[in-house]
Amino acid sequence: MSLETFYYDNRIVRNFSFAAVFWGAIGMLVGLIIAIQLYVPDLNLDLPWLTYGRIRALHTNAVIFAFVGNAMFAGVYYSLQRLLKTRMFSDVLSNIHFWGWQFIIVLAAITLPLGITSSKEYAELEWPIDIAITIIWVVFGWNMFGSILKTREKHLYVAIWFYIATFVTVAVLHIVNNLEIPVSLFKSYSVFAGVQDALVQWWYGHNAVAFFLTTPILGLMYYFVPKAANRPVYSYRLSIIHFWALIFLYIWAGPHHLLYTSLPDWAQSLGTVFSIMLIAPSWGGMINGLLTLRGVWDKVREDAVLKFFVVAITAYGMSTFEGPMLSLKNVNAIAHYTDWIPAHVHIGTLGWNGFLIFGMFYWIIPRIYQTKIYSKKLANIHFWIGTLGIIFWALPMYWAGFTQSLMWKEFTADGYLAYGNFLETVTQIIPMYITRSFGGLLYLIGVFIMIFNMRKTVKNADLLSNEAAEAPALVSEDITKSHKGEHWHRWIERRPIQMLVFSLLAILVGTLIELIPTMVIKDNVPTIASVKPYTPLELEGRDLYIREGCNACHSQMIRPFRSETERYGEYSKAGEFVYDHPHLWGSKRTGPDLHRIGKKYTHAWHFNHMYDPTMTSPGSIMPRYQWLFKDDLDVSLTEKKIVAMQKLGVPYDKGFEKEAVQNLQLQAKEIADELKIQLQDPVTEIDENKEIIALIAYMQRLGTDIKKEK
Amino acid sequence: MLKYVKHYMTTIDGVEVYPIVALGIFATVFVYYTLWAIKVNKNYVTELEEMPLDNKDI
Repeated sequence: MSLETFYYDNRIVRNFSFAAVFWGAIGMLVGLIIAIQLYVPDLNLDLPWLTYGRIRALHTNAVIFAFVGNAMFAGVYYSLQRLLKTRMFSDVLSNIHFWGWQFIIVLAAITLPLGITSSKEYAELEWPIDIAITIIWVVFGWNMFGSILKTREKHLYVAIWFYIATFVTVAVLHIVNNLEIPVSLFKSYSVFAGVQDALVQWWYGHNAVAFFLTTPILGLMYYFVPKAANRPVYSYRLSIIHFWALIFLYIWAGPHHLLYTSLPDWAQSLGTVFSIMLIAPSWGGMINGLLTLRGVWDKVREDAVLKFFVVAITAYGMSTFEGPMLSLKNVNAIAHYTDWIPAHVHIGTLGWNGFLIFGMFYWIIPRIYQTKIYSKKLANIHFWIGTLGIIFWALPMYWAGFTQSLMWKEFTADGYLAYGNFLETVTQIIPMYITRSFGGLLYLIGVFIMIFNMRKTVKNADLLSNEAAEAPALVSEDITKSHKGEHWHRWIERRPIQMLVFSLLAILVGTLIELIPTMVIKDNVPTIASVKPYTPLELEGRDLYIREGCNACHSQMIRPFRSETERYGEYSKAGEFVYDHPHLWGSKRTGPDLHRIGKKYTHAWHFNHMYDPTMTSPGSIMPRYQWLFKDDLDVSLTEKKIVAMQKLGVPYDKGFEKEAVQNLQLQAKEIADELKIQLQDPVTEIDENKEIIALIAYMQRLGTDIKKEK
Repeated sequence: MLKYVKHYMTTIDGVEVYPIVALGIFATVFVYYTLWAIKVNKNYVTELEEMPLDNKDI
């Protein structure tokens, strides 16, 4: 049989690798900055675009989509070509994919600090960028499937299945969760409201973890771990079961982010059950990865690549055991909203994602540059300092999480909250925050050591842009001819399009069962007659709340526990959120819950608190929001916003949009007048046109409608 | 817990069959692949396993 010569494209692999390292360093640096801001709030230098609420999203987006995203593409482009024995389908598509993705990252890095956000976690980017992501994602899929169709191999190796599932599922998740009505180029409202929005968001949020941070990385594991160990995967059979079970189960697990919230109970239970079942395939994958190294443990002692892989797979095992445990309602009652959750997440991201990616780069880069790594010693130092970094990151945060939870729930013998002032539970954990940022610093130093090492490695070496390879052409019979007695699985597995359809079906089953009933069954969201739409001023205030990312630290969801109803007030009902496009339940309580904050304090209290939180709450770690006192509220979009809400079914009277601005100004004047009386301070000037007035209006409305009923 | 699930599920016609069908599909696929993994031809698996190792490293 004649051999065909072809060339692997290494340049695109190099580009994605370097981009991953570059953005990774930036994303982690932003992470370090926000970690320090938690105990040095002044570090925002009173600049809005450096403030925690805004740049927290920059950190998460940068490390997920820029660091892991670019690294995933580097690994996929490297392994896919070799597993298919072909060059990528199109160099043009590869380049559009690369530059398009970097362009999106730049847009994110500009818009997020400017407060242009849809507020949905890990999907904060506004609608024009969402569309750009969709286009570039399709380019990636097109290039991948084009390559698969050009294959010179009879079979699709399991890693490619994981890549296909990633492509299909992320496309579905991204589109559904970002369905929004644009108000302007930089502003949109989610088409979903309240409970439904929360369910869609966490169906997305959890599966972003599953199909952006897990399945592609598992694909990379199934390729690079055997490569580095120079032996086949421990059990290919197990990898098949791992794959199907994982994609089937993951898609159902989202509601475990909403336990004890206003989400209907059946959906919560569904999330819990499937999360528990997830242990099986996850651990199957972990065992498969680790046992691939059987017989080469002596190499692990010397080879930094294998060391990174071992810790990565172990971290995967740890976080996929912890995840299901956190999905148990009794454990979740303790852990949710606390620092336990970031600890859990960072075992996954720093350990599993980060270390697998570092190991992969130490393996790929010297090879495509036809050289040896500059310093094995530095690679080993990176490994150790990174491992220490993870420990110093996670342990204090577990401690902080337990501490918070115990303090939030403690009652005195007389039946009062032992720590009635939320602030006490914050100042208590400052030492843990300091230690955590030290862990982050260590991890980042490790990354800079890697950058130095890589720089030295490639400095005097040449990139082998087009790597020659040979393989026999694939006769079309090999693919299509059915062999007697073969399983139909082979029929699927040899045809990528069938594979795409089947994995799509697998994820859609869970999606439909989970989402549709909540959308269509009226009983799932009982309406409350006294809940009315926001006034135009409150709506503008709510958009400021979104712009500043207040939901990064404050939840708006009181769970039905005595410790919460005592502290915050009546627990939250599903019917209270029917006009919340998008929902702002939040997922973390760095500060207290705000759902029943309305009318709890005077306007003057909010006014002083936003100007300088330590005035009302000595020791507070909340940043100052003084620009809200300087900037006029922009009402140019108010009318359009009301129209958008009307389109979404919010019952404003017909023609109300025309009166919206006037209505807004009246309410602003009312609040400003009340504020003047409350402040009793002739020196402070109160201007009703400032943003702070709108924010106060929103805060004073929060959670009050239900009280009118009584 | 089942009481609550049932309460919501009974409020729309035929909805109770959804999760059962879904679980059925999942269980079938899972059992199928388990059986496949047990019965599959060893040579075929070896061929698949060796795929990443097929390339000569530079």
